[in-house]
Amino acid sequence: MTEVYASSVIAAPAGEVWARIRDFNGLPDWHPLIAESRIESGAPADQVGCVRAFRLQDGGFIREKLLALSDYDFSCTYAILESPMGVENYVATLKLTPVTDGERTFAEWSAEFDCAPEAEAELTASIGGNVFQGGFDALKRLFGG
Amino acid sequence: MVEVRRSTVLDAPITAVWEVLRDFNGHDRWHPAVASSLLDGGKRTDQVGAVRNFRLTGGERIREQLLSLSDRDHRLRYTIVESDVPLQDYVAEVALKPVTDGDRTFWSWTSRFRTPAGRERELQQLVAEGVYEAGFAAVRALVERRRSAQTAPAPVPKEPRSAPAGTTLEGDVIEGEAIVVARHGGPEELRLAPVQVPPPGPGEVRLRHTAIGVNYIDVYCRSGYFELLQPPGVPGMEAAGEVIDLGPGVPHLHKGQRVAYACAPVGAYATHRTMKADLLVPLPESVSDETAAAVLLKGMTAEFLLHRVHKLQAGETVLIFAPAGGVGRLLCQWARHLGARVIGATTSEEKAAAARAAGAEEVILPGERSLEAQVMALTDGHGADVIYDAVGRDSFAHSLRALAKCGHLVSYGQASGDIGAWDIGSLASNSATLSRPNFGHYTDTPEKVRAITARLFEALEQEIITAEIGQRYPLAAAAEAHRALEGRRTRAATILLPQEET
Repeated sequence: MTEVYASSVIAAPAGEVWARIRDFNGLPDWHPLIAESRIESGAPADQVGCVRAFRLQDGGFIREKLLALSDYDFSCTYAILESPMGVENYVATLKLTPVTDGERTFAEWSAEFDCAPEAEAELTASIGGNVFQGGFDALKRLFGG
Repeated sequence: MVEVRRSTVLDAPITAVWEVLRDFNGHDRWHPAVASSLLDGGKRTDQVGAVRNFRLTGGERIREQLLSLSDRDHRLRYTIVESDVPLQDYVAEVALKPVTDGDRTFWSWTSRFRTPAGRERELQQLVAEGVYEAGFAAVRALVERRRSAQTAPAPVPKEPRSAPAGTTLEGDVIEGEAIVVARHGGPEELRLAPVQVPPPGPGEVRLRHTAIGVNYIDVYCRSGYFELLQPPGVPGMEAAGEVIDLGPGVPHLHKGQRVAYACAPVGAYATHRTMKADLLVPLPESVSDETAAAVLLKGMTAEFLLHRVHKLQAGETVLIFAPAGGVGRLLCQWARHLGARVIGATTSEEKAAAARAAGAEEVILPGERSLEAQVMALTDGHGADVIYDAVGRDSFAHSLRALAKCGHLVSYGQASGDIGAWDIGSLASNSATLSRPNFGHYTDTPEKVRAITARLFEALEQEIITAEIGQRYPLAAAAEAHRALEGRRTRAATILLPQEET
């Protein structure tokens, strides 16, 4: 099992950041890697169990299932069903925590997955860097911090 | 049930923050609300189940037990088992997470507890602000300071044998010894360690110390009360010695010259030291090394207190606290010589005798009447024209009331604790002037130091003031010297003597 963890601090209250990212169908609105997204079977995007199918900017196609969503904890957990990345048993969580000292948000994005040993280093770097940190950088630009 | 959640982000790696927080018996090193922390016997600081006994700065006692500790999750939980503060069923959690984006640390401190009815809000605020947020600020100061200290210059703890690559001055480095404070704390943190003393660069000289002064400010540096010493570092702000060698651009000193200094930066508790030549004062024949180490800092302080902060005039009445202490004794001698009427305020007959010997005409002891009533009685209701007060918290209010109209209160220390916030409107009761001088500002240029020391050496030569050395310790016994100083067991000045070279 490989683990990836990235975290950052966003200069906005957690409620505001959460309003932006809780939409399971909303990645293209803020994440630079994602070109388009739709929810399969016309399900609401906050229905736990729904599946999003999205296309990356480089053309790759990914399907992910929403496993857990909490407006109380500001957290969202999902699994990859299908992807060109070469990962199995991939489960990721994006979670926000308020920083009470100033109107800021501590954001964490983590994942666990299995993969071929020779692919581990590259996958870890690309998920932690392009996907997670890339998302944080986009949020920091959005919220001016 | 009351719930408190507080969190912050520190600009330090998680390992540095965790190192501070995982010490279940370490709050007294950094938390402003905790005066002392003691573990119940036999337990280690990282032993789950350990019980710590806090005494808060307000005097309250709290016993807390460690419920869980995880070095993997950087998390610990604890509960209050007994407390003067009515927090019931209190369980708290301290948790750290790395901020990978910038090598910082997210720190959350949360708890749940019950309180007596009607006190929820008050106690919630006490915990949130007085404990958690105050703790955030203190640890932030500690770890962010440590981080900046990593780039601070010498002293360099000695490397095991081979010098690191890039060291070109290897042959010229002197292997010395110094008292190194590895972390802020009690006298036990004063440990002798080998150090490498580099050759002097431009504008610098290298000294062999012969005598080192011990001052109360060294205690504040060691404990972290003042931010003058960033661990690992060498304390001490006063010493005398001999110039061994000089860097380029030091025309006013020569090899073998006797010199002394009393100033920041810290680093005097050492056998040798390389430092800026500008900070050094050449010693006249008439002033011995031991005298200089014993009297330079205190004497320079007395000089600017009597001649610069307040220009003492003949005929003025001056009240001097701790007149038997290091600076107080010199103030008495010098003020008497300047023609002032000197009143001392001290705590024992023995110290009163010392104060009289130093020139105090009258000495006030604690008695049935307040200090201000005694001063007024001695001065026919006039009061003191100037008061030199380094006692601080316990004396400040009395000093204000003991002042003459338009008098000058010079508050130059806080031996009994911080004075705290004061309404400056209270100065109007006698049109008082208040000064809070800082040694550094009166001695921050070579010109100022030259002027102050010239008058000081002259006063020593004419025996207007005299050095009195009460204790001499070997450098290695610096911890013992601090214990004696803090335990009020010293008399007159204390000096450290570096061991003779063998």
